[in-house]
Amino acid sequence: MKKRSIIPILYIAFLMLPIYWLVAMSFKTTNEILSGFSLFPQTFTLENYITIFTDPTWYWGYINSITYVTINTVLSICVALPAAYAFSRYRFLGDKQLFFWLLTNRMAPAAVFALPFFQLYSSIHLFDTYLAVALAHTLFNVPLAVWILEGFMRGIPKELDETAYVDGYSFPRFFVTIFLPNIKAGVGVAAFFCFMFSWVEMLLAKTLTAVEAKPIAAVMTRTASSAGYELGLLAAAGTLTIIPGAIVIWFVRNYIARGFAMGRV
Amino acid sequence: MAQIKLSNLRHSYMPSPTGPEDYALKEIDVTWRDGGAYALLGPSGCGKSTLLNIISGLLTPSEGQILFDDRDVTALPPDQRNIAQVFQFPVIYDTMTVGENLAFPLKNRGVEPAKIKRRVDEIAEMLDVTDMLNTRASGLSPDNKQKISMGRGLVRDDVNAVMFDEPLTVIDPHLKWKLRSKLKELHQKVQATMIYVTHDQTEALTFADEVVVMQDGEVVQIGTPVELFERPQHTFVGHFIGSPGMNVLPCEARGDRAVFEGHEVMLEGPTKGDSGHTDLGIRPEYVGFGDSGIPAHVTKVADIGRHFVVSAMVGNTTLKAVTEHSVPEPGSQVFLQFKPEQSRVYRDGWIATEERAR
Amino acid sequence: MRTENQKAWFFVLPVLALVAFNALVPMMTVVNYSVQETFGNNQFFWEGLGWFEQILRSDRFQAALGRQFLFTAMILAIEVPLGVIVALSMPRKGFWVPVCLVLMALPMLIPWNVVGSMWNIFTLPKIGLLGYFLNDVLGVNYDMTQQPLSAWITVIVMDVWHWTSLVVLLCYAGLVSIPDAYYQAAKIDGASPWSVFRYIQLPKMKTVLTIAVLLRFMDSFNIYTEPFVLTGGGPGNSTTLLSIDLVKIALGQFDLGPAAAMSLIYFAITLLVSWVFYTLMTKDDAQ
Repeated sequence: MKKRSIIPILYIAFLMLPIYWLVAMSFKTTNEILSGFSLFPQTFTLENYITIFTDPTWYWGYINSITYVTINTVLSICVALPAAYAFSRYRFLGDKQLFFWLLTNRMAPAAVFALPFFQLYSSIHLFDTYLAVALAHTLFNVPLAVWILEGFMRGIPKELDETAYVDGYSFPRFFVTIFLPNIKAGVGVAAFFCFMFSWVEMLLAKTLTAVEAKPIAAVMTRTASSAGYELGLLAAAGTLTIIPGAIVIWFVRNYIARGFAMGRV
Repeated sequence: MAQIKLSNLRHSYMPSPTGPEDYALKEIDVTWRDGGAYALLGPSGCGKSTLLNIISGLLTPSEGQILFDDRDVTALPPDQRNIAQVFQFPVIYDTMTVGENLAFPLKNRGVEPAKIKRRVDEIAEMLDVTDMLNTRASGLSPDNKQKISMGRGLVRDDVNAVMFDEPLTVIDPHLKWKLRSKLKELHQKVQATMIYVTHDQTEALTFADEVVVMQDGEVVQIGTPVELFERPQHTFVGHFIGSPGMNVLPCEARGDRAVFEGHEVMLEGPTKGDSGHTDLGIRPEYVGFGDSGIPAHVTKVADIGRHFVVSAMVGNTTLKAVTEHSVPEPGSQVFLQFKPEQSRVYRDGWIATEERAR
Repeated sequence: MRTENQKAWFFVLPVLALVAFNALVPMMTVVNYSVQETFGNNQFFWEGLGWFEQILRSDRFQAALGRQFLFTAMILAIEVPLGVIVALSMPRKGFWVPVCLVLMALPMLIPWNVVGSMWNIFTLPKIGLLGYFLNDVLGVNYDMTQQPLSAWITVIVMDVWHWTSLVVLLCYAGLVSIPDAYYQAAKIDGASPWSVFRYIQLPKMKTVLTIAVLLRFMDSFNIYTEPFVLTGGGPGNSTTLLSIDLVKIALGQFDLGPAAAMSLIYFAITLLVSWVFYTLMTKDDAQ
């Protein structure tokens, strides 16, 4: 038993090394970085972080990213809930084909959509808005949310619905007060994955924004090119992008295995 | 085949148990005869599965020894104990055929192919699965799956014992009966020691030559089905076995008589001891109606097919009687007669009357 | 069981509208461009299937496609077995389980361009931990910006770092759903650890493993941001995968026709290979 645990330990160490390096770099001064190799920051500095938190282009990058991710998550879950309910409870004309078609969108290379999305959202005057990115990301998040939620809903016996109707509940009231609490783990898992994929996706987010809704990623690219080689700053900005993900995953840690177990990612 | 002896066995799931309540098993001393059919009967959580896992070697007991034919096997892993076990949910290897499933335990032990084939054919014949030998095991019905997992235990001719952990739980009611008789038949054919764990008294009483009744990690009685029914050693056994269970009525013990709600009742023999709480135990089957006796008020009569169960009040105590004819009306006054040789006093749950020499 | 009810369409309508808007309109645009030629000024001329032919015949596309398949094959060959091994050696219960799961999932939650930057910083000669270690401690000549081999290895290791956890988590979920009785029965049957893996764990992991392989195929085939940030497709064109090439043509050169034709070919290949994978891996169940 003990001998076996060496494998996960080594694996996690491998995962943590680049992250450690990013964090370590973020606490170094530019001088130290350029003057040579050091395993730990020699002159510990918070300067990089101070720059980020005082420069509006920097911190607005974060606010922009978080805003469109949140809009996307809420939107995806809201439209996916009724659809998943329909797929899990009813048979209807073309249901299988529709489900499959939804899933094929998950397979589409984002690069294929970059240019047409740019034109589409420009033509309806949504270019460079939060809504544009949030809507674009629903392309792959909605199918995913429907898939995950449908799996959880299928686990709830249909008798629950019938009992509620017999007790005189209207559909909306039943759905909100009885059904939703029963699948809250599923909603959590689905929201987690929506958050995750919207947060990490950059190609579309960058293509659909210019100034107003520019995600943190685009700000980082600018730093790398225009302001020379400010590695410390870049590292600090990168470190800060890990934090939201880490927080979110901590909340759903007990459900991840189950969410994956449903085989619905 | 071997005789199995458990001596001073205790087990706790906690690392450092303090009191008896921390033990899942308290002091087990049992000897199982070679080739016998035994049942371990008790309600859920009484420790019977724990005991089973200790015998098969999946668990190591905190204290005590397990002896197979006087050989200490306490420290041996399951595969070296030559034990077969059938689980509650059928365990089969999905990707193999029925034949490969049956051959699996032999293959793992390096038995030569010719012998494997012979044994597999023999067992398949016995289980009536010869025609399925080449089908994939994953598509079988639950009862056939359970047969296959039984078969995997039986193919080995070196098994010391075959153990069944509530094997009929997932089987449809109408097939339960069939599988149970198959089991009984197999036991007669292979003559292996079989231990059958269940909480269902019918299963236990029909399968076993001898039943071990457990409660709260303790063995309360070991006996043949008749003994358990006729002379329960503990009120728990009386209550758990039989339908309806034994009447347990608070009483006072006075020599070979008990006083229950002010009425004197003849007992099977003199009472031992003098402290503790005393109850009068009598099975509903031995409560009769007559022209004289203990006056009672009939509250309910239930028709359960072959006989009637009459509930009656004596003073403030309710008791049950079973009768096949002469059914009193609910609400009527009757006189109850207790069969003396079936009336016993229990002190703190344990039997306290001596059997009268016959 | 599910009941027949055509009104259920109303429930699906919002999803349908949203996804149709996002998928159909751009897809029409792509199809439209793919059969036309433009000389600017919004003037378009019918081109037929010319662009498709040109793309399919071009060395550039074939080279990118070859690199793409090589990349995907390599990461599948590494990530799937590695993920299975890690999942098998994880503890089944206890305090360490959520800790392991959270730490392992962490790389998947980092924005993809940050993953690229992070590995860039990690592998810089003289400055990065890995670059320094390889060049100055082990004496290996390693420079991603100059040597195609170094760049390839780095891109692959980065993807292993980024996505193996997905395979681990999926397999782990499959493993914990195996009842204890199976392991106990195997012990009693005298099965070797290999037999336990071959006859119990692998069959039970099959569904999740199918999903893992499919997802890893799809996502690695569509990969863009991480290698683009890390190597920019270089040195030369050595790490220019399909998506990188496509974006170069579409947004860099603004060759709309060829880009659109390439998009459709690209998408078709993804769908086709996914379908083949899926059919092959689920073939057994159908029998």
